[in-house]
Amino acid sequence: MGVITAISTWLIPSFLLIVLITATWKKIPAYELFVEGGKEGVKLAFSLLPFLVGMLVSISILRSSGALEALINFISPLLMLIGVPPDIVPLALVRPISGNAALGVTSELIATHGPDSFIGRLASTMQGSTDTTLYILTVYFGAVGIKKMRYAVKVGLLADLVGIIVSIIIVTLIFG
Amino acid sequence: MVNVIWMFMAIVGIVYAMFNGTMEEVNKALFESANEAVKLSIGLISILVFWLGIMKIAEEAGILKVLTRLLRPVVVRIFPEIPKDHPALGYILSNFTANIFGLGNAATPLGIKAMEQMKELSGTDTASRSMITFLAINTAGLTIIPTTIISIRMQYHSVSPTEIVGTTIIATGISLISALLLDRFFYYRSTRRKK
Repeated sequence: MGVITAISTWLIPSFLLIVLITATWKKIPAYELFVEGGKEGVKLAFSLLPFLVGMLVSISILRSSGALEALINFISPLLMLIGVPPDIVPLALVRPISGNAALGVTSELIATHGPDSFIGRLASTMQGSTDTTLYILTVYFGAVGIKKMRYAVKVGLLADLVGIIVSIIIVTLIFG
Repeated sequence: MVNVIWMFMAIVGIVYAMFNGTMEEVNKALFESANEAVKLSIGLISILVFWLGIMKIAEEAGILKVLTRLLRPVVVRIFPEIPKDHPALGYILSNFTANIFGLGNAATPLGIKAMEQMKELSGTDTASRSMITFLAINTAGLTIIPTTIISIRMQYHSVSPTEIVGTTIIATGISLISALLLDRFFYYRSTRRKK
């Protein structure tokens, strides 16, 4: 773990150093380029804003109304039939929709069941093994103004489903 | 489809609140989450400015080209539509690298840059094949070391906070492979439909 943390902390400054040394060597106006590139960043952040407001508001309506919880309670028995532990169902449903909510659910599961319990390990693996599909599609397609996403949503959500099933199988095999 | 999901979440939520007396919570959450989204976007400014600035220098200095050349054989196979020397490949690779090392902050601006390049290639507002493949990989996740989870496990006094790294890598790997397979499957289905 120590080595990995070290790599992660050293990576960005080292990359920065390489870029700047190369720029000096090639006599490139680094500062002007930085500012030029940075300007795009400002524009980008503002063009993303409406996409994020729209998506987060819609998700929060579903959550705050209690409908998401009701949906989870409704689906749980069905999932239990195929061997999904009921405690993990909320996480599985929330993971592709909201990264923050999923992190909240994971922390809660770890807090109540303990990090070294079956549920704790399963929640950890599930949280770590996929990314927030809806957020990624919103941000990336929104940023470049793509209106027709075609089959992207289907691929993303089906891959999430595979990730969830695989997590359950792997954790059962290794720690079960 | 995002349209449908978006409207579905809001409509179901509001109708549910009508019958369950949670309208007050919904009303509150509406404006709180809008505020949250604005904060998130504003928070992105610093990261986007920094990384797009640095990457502009890196691009100009030819560092992206070196990176692309090193890993080209693999990436060209995954993205057959992108020309071999196109800068899009450089950004795609930098995005993957950032993701693998758990640098989510850096990954987003690089990914957006990659999307921009791919849009230039396709020139429409319809998602291209390469874009969908790229996002399929991103949504499946490339994390090798789930740092956030490890730190949460530490907070709750796990005996072995990193023991889930192995299972996470296997789960990520399998969902990544299936994302690529699903992507191919839907792509070929969509081309067949056109004919």
